[in-house]
Formats: sequence, structure tokens, C-alpha cells
Amino acid sequence: MRETDVAIIGGGVVGCAVARRCALEGARVILLEKAADILDGASKGNSAILHTGFDAPPDSLEWQCVQQGHQEYQEIHKELGLPLLKTGAMVVAWNEEEEARLEEVFNKGIKNQVDDLRMLNRQEILAMEPHLSGSVRAAIHIPREYVIDPWSAPLAYLLQAVENGGQALFNAPVTGGRHDGASWLLETPRGQVKASYVINCAGLYGDLVDQAVLGRAEFTIKPRKGQFVVYDKAARTLINSIILPVPSKRTKGIVLFPTIFGNMMVGPTAEEQDSRDDASVDEKTLRMLAQKGEAMLPALKDMPVTTTYAGIRPATEQPEYRICGDPERNWFTLGGIRSTGLTAALGLARYAFGLISKKCQNFTPLQSPVIPRVPNLAEHLPRDYTRPGYGEIVCHCEMVTRREIMAALEGKLPAGSLAGLKRRTRSTMGRCQGFYCSARLAELTKDRFDQPLGREGCDE
Amino acid sequence: MNKQTVASTPHPVRRDNTGDEIRGSQAGTAPGLHKKKNCQVVIIGSGPSGIAAALALKQAGITDIVVLERETEPGGVPRHCGHPPFGLREHHRLLTGPQYARLNIKKLLESNIELYTRTTVTRLESGGLIRFTAPDKCGTIQADKVLLATGTRETPRAPRFVSGGRPLGICTTGTLQSMFYLKKLVPFCNPVIVGSEIVSFSALWTCAKAGIRPVAMLEENNRPQVAWPVALGGKLLGRGCPLLTGTRIITILGREQVSGVLIRDRHGREKELACDGVLFTGRFTPESSLAQLSHLDIDPASGCPMVDRQGRCSDPAYFAAGNVVHAPVTVAGTCWISGQRAGRQIARELSGR
Repeated sequence: MRETDVAIIGGGVVGCAVARRCALEGARVILLEKAADILDGASKGNSAILHTGFDAPPDSLEWQCVQQGHQEYQEIHKELGLPLLKTGAMVVAWNEEEEARLEEVFNKGIKNQVDDLRMLNRQEILAMEPHLSGSVRAAIHIPREYVIDPWSAPLAYLLQAVENGGQALFNAPVTGGRHDGASWLLETPRGQVKASYVINCAGLYGDLVDQAVLGRAEFTIKPRKGQFVVYDKAARTLINSIILPVPSKRTKGIVLFPTIFGNMMVGPTAEEQDSRDDASVDEKTLRMLAQKGEAMLPALKDMPVTTTYAGIRPATEQPEYRICGDPERNWFTLGGIRSTGLTAALGLARYAFGLISKKCQNFTPLQSPVIPRVPNLAEHLPRDYTRPGYGEIVCHCEMVTRREIMAALEGKLPAGSLAGLKRRTRSTMGRCQGFYCSARLAELTKDRFDQPLGREGCDE
Repeated sequence: MNKQTVASTPHPVRRDNTGDEIRGSQAGTAPGLHKKKNCQVVIIGSGPSGIAAALALKQAGITDIVVLERETEPGGVPRHCGHPPFGLREHHRLLTGPQYARLNIKKLLESNIELYTRTTVTRLESGGLIRFTAPDKCGTIQADKVLLATGTRETPRAPRFVSGGRPLGICTTGTLQSMFYLKKLVPFCNPVIVGSEIVSFSALWTCAKAGIRPVAMLEENNRPQVAWPVALGGKLLGRGCPLLTGTRIITILGREQVSGVLIRDRHGREKELACDGVLFTGRFTPESSLAQLSHLDIDPASGCPMVDRQGRCSDPAYFAAGNVVHAPVTVAGTCWISGQRAGRQIARELSGR
């Protein structure tokens, strides 16, 4: 049986950030992840935007965590080797009705203390974004909405937890558990874990975990799928900033945005579904997304599509974050963390540790914590292939080197699956989608993963 | 793990003792590429068109030629097309793809043309300045003329907007062939094949060799995209694999590995086919990303760099030949001729004729 101060259930961005915060504050932590690698659920597909919180519900926990997260990311990104692309965003009105709603959005932003907003007229928009369709009417410029790497950030957070004494257990879903009056005893296929505190960050499965251990859940996950179309790097020059629509009550709407990897994307949709893990795409929706993209950015029509994917947001019956659990017995559930989670995670982690430290003052923050660095995958910063001794380029589209791949297979948090390896290195994620590199990758990863890329032959 | 020792500098490829096996070698007598600051012609790509151009240039008296290949093994796509017919027009012999690729490289090296493998061009600047990276050195080289001979690739699943999840077992012919011929691995055993172009039958051939038994070949149009003798050959090769024309793939099923596909026939009837993979074949698209990310003009319809009748790009220091300009795709023999023409034209311009 493993013993720890804090058990964190779920290796999404929230769980990784919570593990980091608790470890830095001097707690012993164990993160339990049901999959073979981190980021297997909601965190694997998001828009990778570092939000300011300009459109968050004023005075909400979400707003507070987004603001803190935005701030802390900027403080720590350099030392952890995390990229930041300062693109800015604009909320663009395409018709009279949307234009009329801009003022409301603007005022909400001011109320949310995002005080560098500026209204733009048509000429100003087109001067900043000359490729946008001439039908733009007006916009709000939000200079501090940025683009980050959605996968290396959580990896860096968990890596810092692990480098500072934390543990991460994979293939370890929490199947049940009980409180013995002093501690929680959590059941996993990898054995029992005894913890004084539990923070449930299980995202799409948060309600099920509460049910399995507490016997009840205060919310129900209503999975909401978002599909995306990723365009070739050639399309990256078509926009400079994140192009947001005027938001509706339910969703932020379909966004045009640059990625840290040098692509350009359109998405997401917002589709309610029952399945928590069916991230399938469908042709009709993808064509609709491409059409919407082309309507806003006509030059997209001639741009090749690199890939498509879907992410699933852990929405609940209510729009706000659902903080619940069994606080009396030191079980805290962070539920319903949707699209702002990537930004808010660092703030939520502080909030969650705050809940623990209210109950116990016994932790001493680390004086000089280990600060690991994650490899850079951002297109605007020097990549591994610019440094000698990389061996060979395995993935030509994304310029992934053998040295990068081998490094991702080693270390304290090695890739646990092919998907994890792709997220750590970008191999096969480029325009050819594995035409050139799959063979070599299959060879380099042979016998490493449960689900191999290739096998040695077929039975006749 | 990689069987080859890592080259410490980008090195020219040489023949080994058998005179047949070609591989990215270690020690070379020629100076490393990064010591070379200028040259007359840089050829990007060592497939059929690149090699044909290099040989034509040499024949026309141009000696200062460098061929750059990003892969470890030179020769281009024919390396992993393990079947005939290759080489009839250019070498008057009936060869398989790998034999043809080896013969091409042999001829190149016999002409003392410098070939650097594992050397990736990262950027094309105006006037023929090339930025490259090799395992132990990044650098630039200023060429009088540059030939883009970067070839073509198939359209994978994503840009086709096929519905479904992302289980393992979805790939293109190129992936299947390089996995099987270069690494002796297979991604599936009972796939459906999407498409009925020439390459689709090449895929069928590879499947037969690899012990893979496709469950069906799907063609959206009402007839196969190749003439009947090839299709008939396909029938024999496919060992009972039916060709379903007028049939589209609607959805890919399966979580970890592909478990089936939903297909729709010309009458709108849908049905599920059990399979463990989906092999997307054809719909070639030029491998022109270098050009697309550069100052060169691109033809928006095809994605090819724009060239005039002499094969010249919008910057007269650049030429393009072979499949990177022959959209959607053409056979190796035609690429060879295209490369030869470009080589001769470059030679004429360099010698001021």
C-alpha cells in the first residue's frame, strides 16, 4: 500500500497543476491516472488559448482562477521551457446584431478587470488582419489573449511535481475506496493508496469517481464535443491574432486561431453527447467548420487541411465550476472545468491547496524546488533540429528528431502510449499524417506500448 | 534501434563493397556539406526526377552539383514499391522499385555526383540560398540554380474528412509499403482499401506479399480509376477481395484498433464491413511544402509551385520537376524525363546558351 498526504485523481491539466502546487507546498503527492499516459481525456483536445477571463462570469471562481492562471503561466513559462505566443485576440462582429452585442462584451471585460480592451472599427481590423473577409463590421481587441502549447504545459507541471518527490501512477483508475476515520483508502488495479486528502480532478469521469467512493455526486457530466479542423502551416500567415466570434450564452463559438506549432485552426463545435470517450469527427460538421472558416478568411479555401480532431469538454448541468465532494472528510472535487481549464488550472491548483491548508497547517513550502524544463515544440522558438547531434529527422513534416523521440521515451515521465509520444514530440501530427515517418516510428517504439503501430506479420 | 552509426557530418553516399547495397555511409572523402558555401546546382530530392536531372546536368558538362536527400536511404518512393514495372523507358530493363532505385543511385555515384543523405532543406530564400539541417550541422548553401524534386505523397484520412474516431490501423499506401518493405512490420491484417488508382493496385500487391488479406476495395466512382487489365490483375492479386464501385466509406469504427467501416453504395444503402484497418490510397498531392512556405508562387488549384514551360519557378533561380509539378501524380519513367528536361534547361542557362 502506498501512503501519501494528497492523492490526486486524474492526469489532465487540472490534476497535473494540482500535483505541482501541492508538491511545491511541501505535501507528498500521488497522482492516479486511469490511462497509460497523461492528457487522455478532456485535456487532449482544446483550443490552447491562454485566456484573460474577459468574458468569464464576473466575480466567479472561474474568473478568479483564469486570472491567476494567466498571471502564473507568465511567471513560470520561461523557467519550465514553456512557450508563449503573444498573439492577442479580437472578438469580431460580422453583422448588425453581433455589433449591437459588442458593447455588452466590452463592459463585461472591463468589469472583469481586463482593462486594456479597445474597440476597433472595420479599417482598424483590416489593418491588423488584412486577410479577414471585408464583411467585418467591428471588433474588440484583447491584447493579452495568448496561444500556448496545450500538452507540454501539463507535462511540465506534473514533471515538476515528480522531480520534487511526487509520484504518478498510470493505468490506475480509482475503482472504489473508503474513509477509515483518518484517511482515505483508494482502490486501484495498481494497489491501494492511503491519503489524508483527495482531490478529484477526474474531468469527464469526475462524477463517476465521486459516486464510486462517496456513493453520491453533486453533479452529472454532460459531455460536450468540440470538433476542429487544423490547416497547413502555409495558412499560418493568414492571421496574426485569435479571431473570436461574439459569444453566445452556451459557447464561445467557432474560433479561428493560430497554434503554437505554426498551424491555423478552426473550431470548436459544441455538441452534447452521451459518450464520455467518443471523440469521433463527422464529415458534415467538418465541412461546416471549413465553410465557416472560409467565410471569415476567404484565402483558407486554397489551404490544405493537415488534420481534424475532436475534444470532449466535461460540462455539467450548470455552467460554473463545480467544487464539491466531502470537505468534512478532506475529499475535494473539482468538477465541470471546461474550456477555460487550460488557463485556470494553475489558479485552481492554488485554490485546491487553499482548501487543504485551511484544514492543516503542517506543510512547509519547498525552499528551492527543482525546476525541470520540457523540450520546446513551438515553431517560433529554436527546435531540436537546429542543435547538432540529433541523429536523424524521423518526422519530416514536423521536423521531429530521433533524439527528441528517444528522450520522450525515457526520463521520469516517459510516454506511456503512442498518443502520448505524439503529444510529446509532434511526430506524425504534420501534413502527411505518418506517410513518411510511421515505419521508422514503429521500429523505434517496437515493444514499448500495449498498442503498437505495427506488428510482425499476419496469420494466414 | 537504428542499425546505422550516426554520421557525424552530412556525408556523401558511396557504394559499399558489394557495389549494390547503398546506404548513408560514414566516412567520406568529399568535404562535408557545411564546408561548401557555394555550388552551381542544388537538387532537392533523390527520387527519379532528381537523379535524372543530376545525370543530365553532368552530361551537359556541369560538374558542381549537390543532391540533398532528407531520408537515410536515397532513391525516393520507388525504394518501397516492391514490384515491377520500373525502368523500362530509362534503363531498358524491367525492374522492381527497389532495384530501380538502387540502379539510379549507382549511376549517380558512378558519375561522381555528391549526394548527401539525412540532409533536410528547411528554407528556400530568394536567389537560390538554401537553408539546411543535417544531424550535426545546420547551414546554408548558395546555389546558382536549385531544382525542387521533392515528389508527392498520398492524401491521408484527415483531409478527406472521413467520419469516425482515431483508432490504430489507418494509413496510406506509402506508410504500408515503407513499414513492410523497409521494416518488415504490418499495420493491419484485414483492411479495406479506399481508392482504385494505379497505386491502389500497388497496395494490393504489397498486401499479397505481406500476407495481408484485404476485405474489399472501395471506389467512390462507378468504375475503377485504371484500365481493365490492371483491374483484372488486381482481382487475381486480391484473392477474392471484391471491388465495390460507387461505394463510399462513411464512418470508421473502433476504439483502439479499427473494428470495421460503415459504407454506402450507389443506391444509398449503408452496411457495416468488419475489418482491422483502412488503407487510403492515392489522391496524390505534391510534396511542395518547402515551396509553399517560401517566396515562390504556388498554383492554388494543384498546390504545385508555378513553373513555366522550361520548368522555371517564379524566382528564376528555382526549377521544379517530377511529381512535385506533375499533379496529381505520374509514373517514375515520366518523372525521369521531366527531371532530364529540367537538368538540360538548367545546364543551358548556366552555360549561357
